[in-house]
Amino acid sequence: MQSLTLGPIIYHWKPEERIDFYARIADEAPVETVYLGEVICSKRTPYFEKDYPDIIERLERGGKKVVLSSLTEVVLKRERDMLAAICETEDHEIEINNTAGLLDVAARPHRVGPLMNIYNEETMRYLANKGATHFSLPVELPATVVGEMAKAAKDFGVGIEVQVFGRASLAVSARCYHARAHQRTKDNCQFVCEEDPDGMPLKTVTGQSFLTINGIQTLSHSYINLIEEVVDMPSMGVTHFRLMPQQVDMVEVAKIFADRLSARIDGAEAKARLDELSMSAPFSNGFWHGKQGQRQFGPKVA
Amino acid sequence: MKRPELVCPAGTPAALRTAVEAGADAVYCGFQNATNARNFPGLNFTPEEMEASVAFAHKLGTKVLLAINTFPTAGRFDLWRDAVDMGARYGVDAFIVADIGVADYVKRTYPEIRLHLSVQAAASSPEAIRYYAREFGVKRVVLPRILTVPEIKQLAREIPCEIETFIFGNHGLMVEGRCSLTNYVTGLSTNMDGVCSPAADVHYDKQPDGSVTTRLADFTIDSFAPNEQAGYPTICKGRYNAPNRPDAYYAFEEPISLNLSGLLPALIEAGVDAFKIEGRQRSRAYVKSAVSAFRTAVDSILAGQEPQLADLLALTEGQKQTEGAFKTKKWR
Repeated sequence: MQSLTLGPIIYHWKPEERIDFYARIADEAPVETVYLGEVICSKRTPYFEKDYPDIIERLERGGKKVVLSSLTEVVLKRERDMLAAICETEDHEIEINNTAGLLDVAARPHRVGPLMNIYNEETMRYLANKGATHFSLPVELPATVVGEMAKAAKDFGVGIEVQVFGRASLAVSARCYHARAHQRTKDNCQFVCEEDPDGMPLKTVTGQSFLTINGIQTLSHSYINLIEEVVDMPSMGVTHFRLMPQQVDMVEVAKIFADRLSARIDGAEAKARLDELSMSAPFSNGFWHGKQGQRQFGPKVA
Repeated sequence: MKRPELVCPAGTPAALRTAVEAGADAVYCGFQNATNARNFPGLNFTPEEMEASVAFAHKLGTKVLLAINTFPTAGRFDLWRDAVDMGARYGVDAFIVADIGVADYVKRTYPEIRLHLSVQAAASSPEAIRYYAREFGVKRVVLPRILTVPEIKQLAREIPCEIETFIFGNHGLMVEGRCSLTNYVTGLSTNMDGVCSPAADVHYDKQPDGSVTTRLADFTIDSFAPNEQAGYPTICKGRYNAPNRPDAYYAFEEPISLNLSGLLPALIEAGVDAFKIEGRQRSRAYVKSAVSAFRTAVDSILAGQEPQLADLLALTEGQKQTEGAFKTKKWR
């Protein structure tokens, strides 16, 4: 069994935009699972968490499995409370993105998210023995390592998920770089990140597009795109393929990946259809090939 | 007043001797491979050097903490296991680890040896720290440099293990153990290879007008006027442009060093058990000056005197220093 998933919205999208987005996903996108929840900044949630019950209902009516994702940085009381609330949820699976979440979830099944440091089979074995059912691997892992992890995962009876589309999360911090760019601090940010629904671009002083700021998170400028490589993953033992929401037609992106995974189209056609969506950033697949993450290799990589 | 342990960097056997002789209560060091987060050419210890260095330190009453604090990738776990086994054989006083699999191996194999949680594990809440303490018997946590002194004081009441804080040296801005910036640009990973801004990818491009552009692999990190000193190109210390910042600005942090010498009494009072000086990649002269200065400062505080603080500004990055997050929440 292999399936597409939709990762959580990591940017600060407006509430009405989120509702519309998930309505279309529910009706049209060939994804099996949708991860829902604020992963980056605890200050944002009051804007849209009241809409979650309706969004969840809509997604589930559309046949999607909804998994609740938790915060990646957990320091303040507010953040600890948010995490505790998610860990107490009973009617949905949860995805843990900070070790703090592991303290109390051992008694129940849980997923381990891509912002946790799961780099080897021993760590996976330990967590699987304590109730982890599914691992979304860190984005920087190369195919060789993913292969070893997926082999072990089969023995442990757990799922393995790889991000195949969208910007790579490269770093998180306690400091908000969106606020800093606007000469504010995290506590008085005035939600300036809302102005950048696909993140705030950082260019080098020589004009190179380089990184993307999303609050406390630093992402790649490029979008990871493993449309060529994804067809090799099921035989490696990868069970799920994650699409990260960007400001592009995500329904169409999901359809292209679904067509490619079911071998209805070849790599060239898939690439051509993705190119038609005229995305605002170049593609990269370097991490998967064990090289510089920013690089884009063609189909015949040695 | 509790006597905090002074934990000092030892990038080489010579630096280790220097730190021990300058009054370190403990030194931390690593092997010459990907098992430690300062895997730089010319640094770190061969097995023979580690064995001799542990013996030397112990003779003078100094503890040796072995950093095995990167994340083994699947299929390479043996290298980390071997590092732990060697450390145990040589009699190190504690392992500093970040990976759950490595922590589990230490706990199962050497339950009698102390386990310290590396800053690379980024345990920044009571729940995260309690998790590591409960699962692996972690005796001490090295805190990320993101908490204020009052927050540390509160935290100390909520966890069952000792606290170690950085007091001097490099001021990393990203959550440690969660940064793939170097790998995005160079193909070498901080978490997997122990590498940050590797020297082999560093370029200083001199322009016709005398200015210098610094690069890490393909990407420009900063640009310096002819009269400015060009800093080492580290991605999180570079200058960039954003849409509302047409003039280049330090998007993450300025090149600046952490110096908490003025906060030592407050940190002791908050319940900190150990003070860590960063800088395994720095020179022996740095180790000698920093360790001596903080030895004197800590001793004078414990003796109830005004802390005698030597001027450490010359040792800092860009000759600038900060108390960072420890001083104020506004840092965030």
